[in-house]
Order: sequence, then C-alpha cells, then structure tokens
Amino acid sequence: MYNASDLRKNLKIQIDGDPYVIVDFSFVKPGKGQSLYRCKLKNMINGNQFERTYRSGDTFEPANLREKKMQYLYEEDRQYCFMEAETYEQVYLTEDQVGDAKGFLSDNLDVEILFFGEEPLGITLPNFVDLTVTVAEPWAKGDSVTGKSKPIVVETGYALQAPPFVEEGEKIRIDTRTGEYLTRVKE
Amino acid sequence: MMATDWRLTKKRGALQIRALMIRAIRRFFTDRDYLEVETPSRIPGPAPECHIDAIPSDGWYLHTSPELCMKRLLAAEYPRIFQITRCFRGAERGSRHIPEFTLLEWYESGSDYCRMMEVCEELIISVAHDLGHEGNITYRGRQIVMHRPWERISVTEAFRRYSPVSMEEALEGNRFDEIMVDEIEPRIGTEGPVFLYDYPVALGALARAKQADPRVAERFELYMGGLELANAFSELTDAQEQRTRFEEELKNRRASGKAAYPMPEKFLAALPAMPESSGIALGVDRLAMIFTDSESIDDVVAFTPEDL
Repeated sequence: MYNASDLRKNLKIQIDGDPYVIVDFSFVKPGKGQSLYRCKLKNMINGNQFERTYRSGDTFEPANLREKKMQYLYEEDRQYCFMEAETYEQVYLTEDQVGDAKGFLSDNLDVEILFFGEEPLGITLPNFVDLTVTVAEPWAKGDSVTGKSKPIVVETGYALQAPPFVEEGEKIRIDTRTGEYLTRVKE
Repeated sequence: MMATDWRLTKKRGALQIRALMIRAIRRFFTDRDYLEVETPSRIPGPAPECHIDAIPSDGWYLHTSPELCMKRLLAAEYPRIFQITRCFRGAERGSRHIPEFTLLEWYESGSDYCRMMEVCEELIISVAHDLGHEGNITYRGRQIVMHRPWERISVTEAFRRYSPVSMEEALEGNRFDEIMVDEIEPRIGTEGPVFLYDYPVALGALARAKQADPRVAERFELYMGGLELANAFSELTDAQEQRTRFEEELKNRRASGKAAYPMPEKFLAALPAMPESSGIALGVDRLAMIFTDSESIDDVVAFTPEDL
C-alpha cells in the first residue's frame, strides 16, 4: 500500500483493477495549508490519461505487475523489440509504451520489462546508462569557465546539457531518472 | 583522476548569488538596528499547526520555524530581531519544497502587518539593488515590476475574482487550499509582487483577528514571480485566545492521525508580556530562486536529500 507521500513520477499504481503509471507529478503546498499531490496518470493498457490531485490520507494499491529482465534489441516501425537472454523469448512495446525511455535505449541494454498478466506494458530502466556522444561543439580551451554548459546529442538522438570539455565520440553516463549528465566514462 | 561532480560544479553561479543575497539581507537588518539572534533548532515541540509536520529528534523535534523562541525574545524586550536559520518540515518535497530549508524571520514590536508589507518592499528592493538589479527583475522569462507600492488584494476579493465559489464556501467544502493553488495563485501578481491579505481566522493560528471583521486574521502572504515567498502576521498576544487556537489545531492533528505536539507552555506564559508586534517568515531559498532565475529549489542549494 502506498501513501500520498509515496507518489512520484513513474510510480505504478492500480485503480479499478487497471495498472496506471504517473507520467507527471508535482507536490504543492500553500505554506499553512495541506499537502496536495498533483498527478497525471496514464492507463498502462489503453493509454488513457487523466489528472487528479490527491491529499494526505489517500492510499493506493501498487500495480499488480511482474518484472522480467530483458535486453533491448532494436526498433523498427516504432516497435521496440526486447529479448530474454536465456529463453530467447521476444516481446514488442509501442513507442508510446516505451515513452521517455527511448532516449536511453542502446543495443543490448539490460532493462526490466513490466508484464500485466502475459501482456508487456512498459519498461523500467537502470538508473544509469552509458551512451556515446554523437554531436558536440569542439571545446574552445579559453571557454573553460566552471559551471558553463553546452548542448550535446547522444547516439539515441537524446539531447542534453553537458560540461564544455565533453567531445564527440566520448562515452558519458546519464541519470535516467533526471535525464541529466553525470560524468565521462573511460573505456 | 577523480571526475568532478558536474551537478555541483554547475551550481556555482547560483550559489555565489545566494551568498551575496544573504549578505545583503544581513546588511539591510543590521543597518536598521535589528539584532541578529540564534535560537535552538531542536525544541520540545513546534507551534501546533495542523498542516506543518515536524521531524522527531531524540524525543524532541527539529523546529519548523524559530517563531516560538523569537517571540519569547520579543516578550523579554528585544524589540527588533531577525534570524536566518535552517528549518525542517517532514514530507515536503517538490520543485519549491525541500525538507531542510532556510527561513529568514524578523519581528518588530509596535508594528502591524500593514507596516510589515512596507518593510518587505524595502527589504527586497534593497537586496535587489545590492545584487545589481535596478528596476525590474526577469524571472522565468517574465518581468516582475518592482515599482512601489506593490499590489495588495484581500483573500475574500481574490476568491470573488478568480474562484468559482466564495472563500466561505471553499472553507466549508475543504477546498480552500486546492482553489488557492489551482485558481488564485496562477492569476495574481502577474505584473509584480502582490500581498494577499486577511486570511480566514482558522488559517492563521498565531495571527490576531481583525477588529473590524473578526472572521479574518491579520495575516498576509507575499507572492513574487508566482512563488509564495513570505507569510506574516499581526501577532496574536492574547494568551488565552492563543491556547484555544492551539487546542483547535491539536484536535485537528489528532483527528487526521498526526502526532500531537506538547502545548508550548513556556511560550504561552511569556505571551502576556509580548508587546503588539508583527512578524514574518520569508523563504530564503525561494528568494534565491528569483534572483538566480531558477525553476527548481534544487538549483539554489548545494545538496538535496537525494544527492546525499
């Protein structure tokens, strides 16, 4: 059982028998007032979305989902293919089901695929992924002011901000929960 | 070579502005003969308020605000005092909330909430000036017009203008907070800072009721750039009335299954000696968000709980 204070983006809960994922979340509280938990929820089966504000005292059932470790193989016609390494069982998720995670999927990445009964519905990423930088302006040495950043793009097409010394061809680590640059990775 | 922590490195600019801002705040108050004080962070219990949850600490609690101790100083003839201190509130986490945050509180005897609005204007304009802002401030792509006096609008009037139901109906239906954040906050102060004043008396446990209309308390909130920045009262000095208000808050806490704090007896005992005064708590992190043009409170503190 979850409490309202457990609510956060990507949490999966069960409502009227269906699994829902929180796709957008904000905590608001007038200084002397009650805590309010604003959620945008997406039905993981039919994709329907609705917005609702919850309060302290509200409780939630965890979604009845099974996780299976699988590897990302490829994307074709907006279908994302994953395989279980031991059984070679393959499943497909739609672009919508993959959601924001698509910016972090590199070949053979180990992920958790979520099943509702036998049906694959969604994906849980590892907290950190390493991806190769494909687009970055060259580093002008004079421009080394600490704290400055520049836009870069990684192999999946995902764009983010990174320190000025990051160069094309390098591997970087990204926190998939925030989508932010963490560090360079030496291979 | 150790990789530098980029998330920390990139905050340098914001943390520098924050430090200058705090220096400017201190200068404002010391120039005006306010005494800077320090009161304990760990106390037997906070002021009993229904929706503010203190974090337990070895049988006592971490303070949620330095209010009780600062008012005991006021009662002991410290007429102008200020404090910049860390406060702690459980389970408050969002883009504008962090459980350990920094409050600026100041109190002035012989003052009321109307005078306090003027001091707010003077403080923020003075700090802005020290940070190199002459005239307006840009926050999140929008101009905040700083020209005084800032707009003042009563809560009753704000509900009349922007809410589908009146303030009284909202209170009865337990929808006051929801309407405040969903309907009113997005629509007020779109030009410049705004003082929202005269809250229902039930929502100002430590504020004096207004003589002309005892249904409301002399309380205001300052909003700037859409952020709730400060909360002020004409302070309640009637100890018996204060005890009754606390009992009501404690009853509501128990009814919602929350920890019931001890009645702050030493504070209540000091209250009869406290002069007519006004006091205010201003969120230092939120003010830093405005001066650093930050979207999230995470951008103006070096470490969030998640970083530790």
